[in-house]
Amino acid sequence: MKQIAIISGKGGTGKTTLSASLSYLFQNPVMSDCDVDASNLHLLLSPVELKQSYEYYGGKKAEIDYEKCTNCGICKDTCRFEAIDFQQDKYVINEYACEGCKLCVLTCPEKAIKLVENLAGYYYESKSPKGVLVHGDLNPGEETSGGLVAEIRKKSFSVGENLKKDVIIIDGAPGIGCPATSSVAGVNYAIIVTEPTLSGFHDLQRAVETLKKMRVKFGVVINKFDLNESVSSSLEEWCFSENIDLLGKIPFDEMVNLATREAKPIILYEDSISSKYIKSIYQKISQILFNK
Amino acid sequence: MHHMYITTVEGEINLSLKIAILSGKGGTGKTTVSTNLAKVLSKNMKVLLLDADVEEPNDHLFYNVTFEEEKSVDVLIPKVNKETCILCGLCARECQFGAINVFEKGVLVFQNLCHGCGVCSKICPVRAIDEEPKSLGKLKFGKTDFFDFGMGLLNIGEPSGVRIIRELKKYISDDYDVTIIDAPPGTSCPVVEVLQKVDFAVLVTESSPFGLHDLKLAISLVKEMEIPYGVVINRYDPAFAELTKYLEGEKIPLLMKIDFDKKIAKWYSEGKLIVDQSEELLRSFELLYENITEVFA
Repeated sequence: MKQIAIISGKGGTGKTTLSASLSYLFQNPVMSDCDVDASNLHLLLSPVELKQSYEYYGGKKAEIDYEKCTNCGICKDTCRFEAIDFQQDKYVINEYACEGCKLCVLTCPEKAIKLVENLAGYYYESKSPKGVLVHGDLNPGEETSGGLVAEIRKKSFSVGENLKKDVIIIDGAPGIGCPATSSVAGVNYAIIVTEPTLSGFHDLQRAVETLKKMRVKFGVVINKFDLNESVSSSLEEWCFSENIDLLGKIPFDEMVNLATREAKPIILYEDSISSKYIKSIYQKISQILFNK
Repeated sequence: MHHMYITTVEGEINLSLKIAILSGKGGTGKTTVSTNLAKVLSKNMKVLLLDADVEEPNDHLFYNVTFEEEKSVDVLIPKVNKETCILCGLCARECQFGAINVFEKGVLVFQNLCHGCGVCSKICPVRAIDEEPKSLGKLKFGKTDFFDFGMGLLNIGEPSGVRIIRELKKYISDDYDVTIIDAPPGTSCPVVEVLQKVDFAVLVTESSPFGLHDLKLAISLVKEMEIPYGVVINRYDPAFAELTKYLEGEKIPLLMKIDFDKKIAKWYSEGKLIVDQSEELLRSFELLYENITEVFA
């Protein structure tokens, strides 16, 4: 079983649109939506029917027992995350800033602080017309999204093994931080989707550096290349000079908006301009992955 | 268009408004709103623009920035003294992040998992753990031709930019009439760090089911943090009526709509400010600020 991750440094370049279309082109895939801050893949694989949901516990959080607290303030002075504030007449934990490191627990002379479990989100196994979709939602405001991504990856893998799937298609998180790197860790191949804008170019370079550092094999897709053909050709030249595989370019296509509104991947619109470009990208990827 | 102030017995106090620009979904136009709003406001206000999308900052691509200051943001990571370590394993048991491991032959620190909290050095019974700084990224601060500008940049391979955002926000001061903070996408910890102690949140979305789905997540976050907010629809498309229907139904203030236009996409792609290209867009950004102050008041 092969794993492919679709990522992008910059958000909104078309990861989910491409992921959903590839899900329809591969014969026997498991879909894995790892963009847990903004999970959208299920919106293009409808109807999605929830089969099972699992709780995700993230890092713990500190909690003060005010029966024991003497307002000495040692916790506030030692916390390195500025997560303890003095409000009105007492010390309070800022749960958004608390990283659950336990330093305050260990330094409190009254043993008035403990760490408590924290339900940070859920992940799900769902049924879609193209097979199993594993996805999740991090509760807004939570940390450790990389941890939830890792759980989704594990679940996708065991589902794939059990059902003898050929490929896991991972719709990754944007950026270069922990959710993004957890989405691509250990995959067979990554696709970076970029766009011909100065921002897209800038973010592509940082995504490429990240993947090189992680030693992940990858190629690049330029989406909406005709919105600015001159930036697009600089992107192409840069990829060539860096010896990076350019898997293909996809033109701007108004049908994509329509397809999204109708909750379908663009590949199902056979007359659309972009679908034939996506098919040729698919062929290149399957050649790379399966030598066919 | 003027800065916000309140009148007290001591006279007028500048409110020094802090506005965060965010979006659940990436690529909806946070950078467009941030960079153009900053330009428009700088005409008669003292403005600070902070690019807090430290994984992929882009605001600087739209301005000539003269950077005057650059400093590293460090985290303190453990350094174990082999001579004194008795391999008791207490550090590994207490570390909440799995960042320090003790084996028969020694101690291994996984730097990328370390949050720099200091627990291991604090609890080591033989004081065998010192700490040394490791750079997570950097802050750059300077000026554009119109306003002050700061940005953070996470080093490649580092997992989290939260600490960089926290340090970046220390450039905020009452000297500015208004501070605009361009947030990273999503709704998790880096976005929360941006939202701490801001006065107003502008949620940028787009006319699509993705935009609406992720907007709802962003709304639940700002509601939970009790931050006043309003919505900007970018690439507005009347064919997707659910979005405006939702806003009307929930009585959520719509601050501005930017129609979908290939010209705008082209200007953005070239690093041009759209308010410099079109009088109409300039006026709608002026109106955006008026709407923000109205909702805020």
